[in-house]
Order: sequence, then C-alpha cells, then structure tokens
Amino acid sequence: MYDVAIIGAGVVGSAIARELSKYQVNACVIEREEDVCNGTSKANSAIIHGGFDATPGTLKAKLNVRGNFLMDELARDLDIPFKRNGSLVVCTKDQDRSGLEKLLEKGTSNGVPGLRIIEREELIAMEPNLSDDVTCALFAPTGGIVCPFHMTMAFAENACTNGVKFFLNTQVDTIEKNGDSYRISTLHTDTKNKETFEAKVVINAAGVYADVFNNMVSENKLHITARKGEYCLLDKDAGTHVSHTIFQLPSKMGKGVLVTPTVHGNLLVGPTAVDVDDKEAVNTTASGLDSLAATAARSVKNVPMRQVITSFAGLRAHEDSDDFVIGEVKDAKGFINAAGIESPGLSSAPAIAEMVTDIVKGLLPLEKNPDFVGTRKGILRLDTLSLEERNKLIKEHPEYGNIICRCEMITEGEIMDAIHRPLGARSLDGVKRRTRAGMGRCQAGFCSPRTMEILEREVPMSIFDITKNGVGSNIVVGYNKEV
Amino acid sequence: MNTYDLVIVGGGPAGLAAAASAKDHGIDSILIIERDKELGGILNQCIHNGFGLHTFKEELTGPEYASRFIDMVLDRGIEYKLNTMVMDISADKKVTAMNREDGMFEVQAKAVILAMGCRERSRGALNIPGYRPAGIYSAGTAQRLVNMEGYMPGKEVVILGSGDIGLIMARRMTLEGAKVKVVAELMPYSGGLKRNIVQCLNDFDIPLKLSHTVVDIEGKNRVEAVTIAEVGSDRKPIPGTEERYTCDTLLLSCGLIPENELSKSAGVALNPVTSGPVVNDSLETNIDGIFACGNVLHVHDLVDYVSQEASAAGKNAANYIKNGKEKDAKIVEILPVDGVRYTVPKYIRPTEMDDTLTVRFRVGAVYKNCAIATYFDDQLISKRKRPVMAPGEMEQVILDKKKLGEYPDLSKITIKIEEA
Repeated sequence: MYDVAIIGAGVVGSAIARELSKYQVNACVIEREEDVCNGTSKANSAIIHGGFDATPGTLKAKLNVRGNFLMDELARDLDIPFKRNGSLVVCTKDQDRSGLEKLLEKGTSNGVPGLRIIEREELIAMEPNLSDDVTCALFAPTGGIVCPFHMTMAFAENACTNGVKFFLNTQVDTIEKNGDSYRISTLHTDTKNKETFEAKVVINAAGVYADVFNNMVSENKLHITARKGEYCLLDKDAGTHVSHTIFQLPSKMGKGVLVTPTVHGNLLVGPTAVDVDDKEAVNTTASGLDSLAATAARSVKNVPMRQVITSFAGLRAHEDSDDFVIGEVKDAKGFINAAGIESPGLSSAPAIAEMVTDIVKGLLPLEKNPDFVGTRKGILRLDTLSLEERNKLIKEHPEYGNIICRCEMITEGEIMDAIHRPLGARSLDGVKRRTRAGMGRCQAGFCSPRTMEILEREVPMSIFDITKNGVGSNIVVGYNKEV
Repeated sequence: MNTYDLVIVGGGPAGLAAAASAKDHGIDSILIIERDKELGGILNQCIHNGFGLHTFKEELTGPEYASRFIDMVLDRGIEYKLNTMVMDISADKKVTAMNREDGMFEVQAKAVILAMGCRERSRGALNIPGYRPAGIYSAGTAQRLVNMEGYMPGKEVVILGSGDIGLIMARRMTLEGAKVKVVAELMPYSGGLKRNIVQCLNDFDIPLKLSHTVVDIEGKNRVEAVTIAEVGSDRKPIPGTEERYTCDTLLLSCGLIPENELSKSAGVALNPVTSGPVVNDSLETNIDGIFACGNVLHVHDLVDYVSQEASAAGKNAANYIKNGKEKDAKIVEILPVDGVRYTVPKYIRPTEMDDTLTVRFRVGAVYKNCAIATYFDDQLISKRKRPVMAPGEMEQVILDKKKLGEYPDLSKITIKIEEA
C-alpha cells in the first residue's frame, strides 16, 4: 500500500514527487512511457513565463507567478539550465496599444515585478531584429527560458534519490475506489504484465489524459481537449537572432507565435494552436509548419527559417473551464487532480507541487523526511570547465575525452553518466534529452550508431532492444539477410 | 605546445591524399587528425565497387580505395592521431583537439588543410511533416548500420532523394533482404550518377519517381507508412496525387552539406551556394595558409576527383610552407552564370597558378545538347559541346596558364552554358 500514487511523470508529476519526498511518505509515480518527460513536458515553448497573461484570481495567474519566483532557487539546487532573458510582448502598427496596457494591468494585479511598456527606440536597441511594424512592447524582466527536459528530470531524479519509486512503461488501465484507498490496475507496455497498485491518495497528473482518470472516479466530469502546437527549432547559428522571448499581442489574426532563444542557444519558433481529437496526434502538418514563418515575421524580421534543424508538435491539455483544475475531487476523497495543465504549466509546476503537497498534508500525516537531500547535480557541462579541470577529468575518466556527438560536442562520459544516474536513459531519445547528443544540426545521423554501442555495453542491453523512444520504436530489426 | 608545418583536419580520402602529396613536395612535419577509430573516412562504409576507375584504372571498393591511400601515408611515415576530435581552429592556425589519451591539447601549424568532409541533410532540415517515429534514417546512417555493424534498420523501405548514397543503399538493402518499394525525388531529375540509377534501381526493378516528395509519415513508435505526392514546377505537392506506401523505414538521401563549423571558427569565408570555403587556384581560403579540399570544399560525385583536388591542396600547402605567399599577385574572379551554379576555385592568380588548372562546377538544371563556354572578359575562349549535363554530375573547364598570359589586362573569366 502506497501513501501516494502519482499518475504521470511529466513536469507536474515529477515536481509533485520531489516536493512530497521532503516528507516521510511512501510514494510512487506511474508513467506509461519508457522515460520521464515524454508527453507535453517535452514538446512546448520551454518558457518560464512572467505571469502577466493569465486573468487575475485564476490558478494560472497565482501559480505562474509563484512558480516563476521559485525558479532561481530550484535552478541552483537542482542544476537546471535556466536564464531570465526577459520577455517582450510586441504591438505592431495595425494593433491597438491599449492591448498592452491591459496586459500591464493584469500583470501588475498578478504581482509580476518590473513590468513596463517600452517604446520603439529603446526596443530596437534591445532587439534589432524586431519587425519594422513593431511600435512598442510590454517588457517582463522576470520571463525566462529553461530546459524542460532537465527541469523534469531534475525533479524526477531528486525524487527518486529521496525514495519515491518510479514505474515506467506502466499504463494505468483502471482506477477504483476500494474502501479508504484506491486500486490502480496497470499494464506493462513491454512485458504486458498486469500489476495492481494500492494507494491511499492518488494524484492525477496525467496531462491530456487527466480527464479520463478523473472521470473514472468522479461524477464531476472533466473534459480535456488536446490542443496541438507545432514548432520549428533552428540551428545555433540562428540562436542570437533575438535575445529576449518575443511574444505577439493577440489580435484578430490569432494569438501569434513566439520567437525565442532556447537556454541551449538554438532559436525556437512556434507554436500553432489547433484542437485535435486524437490525444496521441503529435504529428506535424505541412500547413502548420508553413504558417510559422509568416506568423513569426509579424514580430521578428528575417527569421532564418532555412536553418531549421527539426520540427515537432506537442499537445496542450486544455480543460473546458480554461483554468488549471487542482484539488481534491469532491466526490472522491483522496483523489487529487492536477489537471488541465496547459500553458503556463511548465512555469507553474513548482507552485503546483507546493499546492498539491499542501492538500496531501490535509489527508495524510506528513512528517519531515530527515534524510531529504535537496540538491542534485546534472550531467557535467564540460564547457564550464577550464582547460586544466577538463584535462584532469579526462585523465581520471578518459571517456570524457571521446566526442560522440560532434554537433553538440557531447562525450562518451556524459552519455555514460546519463545511463547510470537515477532513472537513467535506456533509449536514444533518453540519451538525447539528458545530454543533447543527437540534438544538433545533423539530428543524430552521425552519433546514433555510436550511442547504441554505448547503451548496449553500459546498460547492458541487446542492440535489438534499443529503441528510439520506448516500446515498439526499435532502431534495428535483425542481422543482415535475416529480416 | 607542439608545432607542425602542416596539420590536416580529417583522415578521409581528401586528408590522406593531401598528406601524401605534401610529403612528396618536401614537407616532413605533418599531422593528420582523424576523429574516427581508423583512417579512410566514409569510404570504409562504402563497400560497393566503382571507386578508382580514374586514379588506378581499376574498379575498387571503398575500403580498397582508402587502403591504397592509407598505405601511401604509412609508407611515408606521416604522423596521425585517431579518435581525436578537432574542437577549434584559430585564424593564426592554432588547432585545438581532444582525445582520451592526451586530453585537450593545442598544436601550432604553419599551414592547415581542411578535409572534414560533409554530413547528410536530416529529416528536420527537410521539414517533412508527420510523426517522428523510429525508422527514419539518413542513407549514410543506414549504410553504416548495414555495412559496418551488420544490422538491418528495416524490412520495407521507401527512399526520399536520389543522391548517390540513397541509390547505393536501395541496392544494398535489397541485397540484404529488404524490399525497397520506391525512390522519390523532389526534382525532375536524379541527384545521383546515371550509372547508379542503372545499376542500383533499374537492375532491381525499383521505381524512381521524379518530381515527388514525402508529404506524411505515419507511425507513432516505428514508421508504418509514408505518403508521397507529385510536386508541381514550384516543388509544392499537387493535391490528389498522394500515394501511400506501407513500410517500416524511410531513408533520406537529400543532399550533403560540407561540414564547415570549424572553418567558420577560423574566420574562413564560405560560398553560400556550395556551403564550402571560397578558395583560389591554390585551394587556399581567405585565411592565409588555410587550404581546403574534398567534400568540405564542395560535394563531389567521384572520390577520384577528391584525390586529385586533395593532392593539389597538399602540394600548394607545401609550397606555402616553403616559400610563403606571393602577396601582390593579380587576382581574377571566375563568374558562374547562365546555368553554372558555382566554380571551385572562385579566384585565380594567372601568374601563380599551375600550367593547367581544372575548374570544377555544377549546373543548375538538366541541359541537353548544350555547350560549356568560357570567356576571358567578353571574348569567347573555348566552347565544348556536351550532349547531357545534369546537377548530379560535376562538370569541368581546364584553364591554360599560357593562354591566360596572353591577356595581361584580364579582369574576369565567365563560365556559362550556351546553346551548342
């Protein structure tokens, strides 16, 4: 019997797991995918929003501002790549600047610090590549960019280190009330083994599927729509095209797209917003990708779209109420929703974790965990070392002298660390999200066979079991002449 | 810091030929830096034959061709480091590299030859819509898996792009037991050599669909189907022409990109058409003493031409090291126009060049019964008929130093495609 079972190892589930691990609690996380950070958390704008956008008084407003505030300490303690590069919401000639003033008012009311409207002259000095039509912008100095993979993994690894158990490749089929607790029936997606988990408290952090689980236990039905967002990621050569995150003031043309540097130095353009019926529809579309260039041009000129190195789509979990749905379900005691977590979900995750943990405290007697380790080190970033430090490291661990991914200059040592750390990588994408090997301009063409060799040796695992991203995504299918 | 007269970045066909040639022209202090575990570069995974017809007058496999040049390097006692990645090259020819044994180290060179080769254009760069499952490989990655590791990446294959590696892999995958259903090519002509179309597709009844592209990829875990459609003259898909192929693998052979990240860090100017360095008749870049050859300079069809070009680069680097550079030499630009997309070299120095100089280039479309015309300023100097020219086959013009000497006031050379 677990005290707490969390469904979903995205950023929200992982953040909650880490927050709960500060207490003496027998908790587990149940995740359908082969790795943490494999749904909405891996395919989004990678922004820590300032918090000026949400309607005052909503959970989105409150939790975004609080989550943003918590990021400095979290980034330091958990070694999360995070930078407050500042956000700009730009207003163009054909738009009414009162829209910016309304945003400023909302933001001020939400408690966002440092907001101000900037006129074109100052703006162009800050961002020379803004479109010629831009007249003014709302500046939010607390807006930031983060690595969503590292943020999620940092929470998950730290939770794991502090005793939370993670069950990957484990798909929740049914949840039933069983006296004072819940019975969660699961199917292992690889072995097809069925396993039942018993838990006093269930936390529903299942992203686009959170409505499905809520509706298994409650008559207060939720309805979550998957809202697809398509993005293009550009080469690091284009990464300095803008230095702030450039949003567009919503207009009758739509919400617009953002153009932002990523914390790793690429340029990101997106997202589109299209509601889809299929909660698995993470495919990109020709129309979606084609639209990005034109929409981006409204705020930023000469975005070098020829330098796209990959495109992707993510699904936002949009609940009909248009706000986060967080709290214990009225007709299902001990069942806590963290549902409808669309943007600004990544920014809010640390605050959602606090809020949910407070709710758990009302349900279970939680004692402080005296052994809690609050810090975690990420994979060593070699470019932060001096030549002497680097050579000392290579002398002790020669694998740090062997470059595997030549685009991102990732060494064998970093890949071995990704495999051997808590909740270590077992797939090419798992290695990629932890180390960036394969995330560069050649998109893993060169390093895949080499990374496979390392996985085969270090896990160890059969080459035929190595996947791109979990069950069914095997890279090779047999020996030559034997297929 | 160690010093060398010549540091060669890359131990593939270009680097090897350049090293041997530099040694033969009197340079003893040479270091080849190779990132892989053996010399030979991409040739090691090109186990098909057809290499060396020009150079050795016989048909060799890729590894055999490479071994001839590796032997030349070994016979000459040229120093090389394997498993070593060059991290940076500075404009003053300081090369920073790293490996397991030496850690991060610097070497100072008097001259540097860039011979890093090229990489394949990825699915992401092509911006093909659809899912992102396993089963999508560049042709070269699949070639490595099959030819070097012995693993099949899939059973039922669609290939996008008719570059030579894609054509070669269509045959290889077929021979190893896979079914190659179709090769789709965006352009109205193939990007590969005619002989590869015949030997790798026609001989195996694999259809080639010109003016077609992939418009959708299905499959959440592994590729399940690929939809291709015909494209119009604007290269946009024509609605209603979609055809769906069930398959588990999509191979991409959609162009090669010279790998010039290191060149850029040294301040080497690149030609946007080739994505390779701009060079003069000695294959020297805009940075004194930094030369380039092989696929890092421009993508070649035949390794024989890479070897020739690299030998020239080796000789020229040797001359630079021994004699320095003639600073005041007159420079004449070669202008590629009317169907000629670029030339390598882009600049020549009529007083400094060899007695003859091969200028290589590609055309931008298929030309039938046309001619390659060369002008010195406005005067037609030569006109050579060609029954067929295509972007997939490199063309050349040979410039004669003596002839150039007759035009002391020459301001530009123009190479163009004309009616025959």
